[in-house]
Amino acid sequence: MTTPVAETSQGGAAAGAFCDQCGRPADGAEHPRCTARRELEPPRYCPDCARRMVVQVTPVGWTARCSRHGERSSAG
Amino acid sequence: MAHSRTVTTTQSDILSTARTQVLEKGKGLSESQVLEVLRLPDDALDELLELAHEVRMRWCGPEVEVEGIISLKTGGCPEDCHFCSQSGLFASPVRSAWLDIPMLVEAAKQTAKTGATEFCIVAAVRGPDERLMTQVAAGIAAIRDEIDINIACSLGMLTSEQVEALAAMGVHRYNHNLETARSHFPNVVTTHTWEERWETLRMVREAGMEVCCGGIVGMGESLEQRAEFAAQLAALEPDEVPLNFLNPRPGTPFGELEPMAGPDALRTVAAFRLALPRTILRFAGGREITLGDLGARQGLLGGINAVIVGNYLTTLGRPAESDIDLLGELQMPIKALNDTL
Ligand code: SF4
Ligand SMILES: [Zn+2]
Ligand SMILES: [Zn+2]
Repeated sequence: MTTPVAETSQGGAAAGAFCDQCGRPADGAEHPRCTARRELEPPRYCPDCARRMVVQVTPVGWTARCSRHGERSSAG
Repeated sequence: MAHSRTVTTTQSDILSTARTQVLEKGKGLSESQVLEVLRLPDDALDELLELAHEVRMRWCGPEVEVEGIISLKTGGCPEDCHFCSQSGLFASPVRSAWLDIPMLVEAAKQTAKTGATEFCIVAAVRGPDERLMTQVAAGIAAIRDEIDINIACSLGMLTSEQVEALAAMGVHRYNHNLETARSHFPNVVTTHTWEERWETLRMVREAGMEVCCGGIVGMGESLEQRAEFAAQLAALEPDEVPLNFLNPRPGTPFGELEPMAGPDALRTVAAFRLALPRTILRFAGGREITLGDLGARQGLLGGINAVIVGNYLTTLGRPAESDIDLLGELQMPIKALNDTL
């Protein structure tokens, strides 16, 4: 099981092995605060490796870059 | 004026005083009067919001100023503002990032597309260094080449040379928040003083730029201190006051504070409008957290006459279209660019 993906957090940012909000393992665990937060928050941690990503928010979207796994964005 | 509900004598006292003093004469409420407003019970809230709305319509008009903001330099700030996820001193997940000029221009375009007339360039710094001033100058020139929009900046504390340089670049408004009441400031920031912030604001005004100065409510201040803050802002006479509600950021000293209750947030909006009848009062960050989706409407009908559309610096907002649609529905025209020149 993975953490649910909110509408505002596209591109599978939340659908990995780690929670993109707190960086802890996502396996089966519920992260209620993270789920609530995700609606108004870009991803912070890489869902593949839990590294902190470099995030840039713009008026209409965001991009998030992991040094290992590359860039994701709100555009998908 | 007929009151829609029965209120006790003291309540109707402050509201009828405000009606004469603020609505009719345009004179803002004093600190002690703001405190009375902040103490009004929930059942007087509708009447208060209606009055604040009338004051805004009478002294500012129906137009709403729409602004977009962008973070040019994110994170890694040496200051310790306890609410801020961009301080390098806390274990916040926000990492340092610089925006390049093409992305900055793109963000300005996205902002202009919404109908916004203001684009504010923000950097998480104590004050600008040479690299940042150079980047800002290049960014402003590149935006001006392509887009017609007012450019504002928020780059922390300035030297007098930097104030002059920004004015010469054509920066139309400078944002620097006092954040909270002077008496509460040492509980919020320890790496610089309220007075240092005031000094930057004074120089900005002197250089002929518009002054934008507001803060964050819900940072553990008392109602007395909230009233004190409104009075201190009124004394500054800023062109714009952005009002934020604390959005507790993970890893910051204020990360575990409770977000303000909706009625308190709305009472604060109305009280600030009654203290500052002619100022552009902007809904800034945190409104989605405190007030939810209905917040934009309630605020715009309770004293607010400016909004930040789209996302914030490090967090996401409502989609710009939902705010723009709402303005249409409320028959509040977006302030046009030539009105502000
Ligand atoms: S100076 Fe600005 S960016 Fe730096 S910690 Fe304070 S609020 Fe955050
Ligand atoms: Zn989580
Ligand atoms: Zn990764």
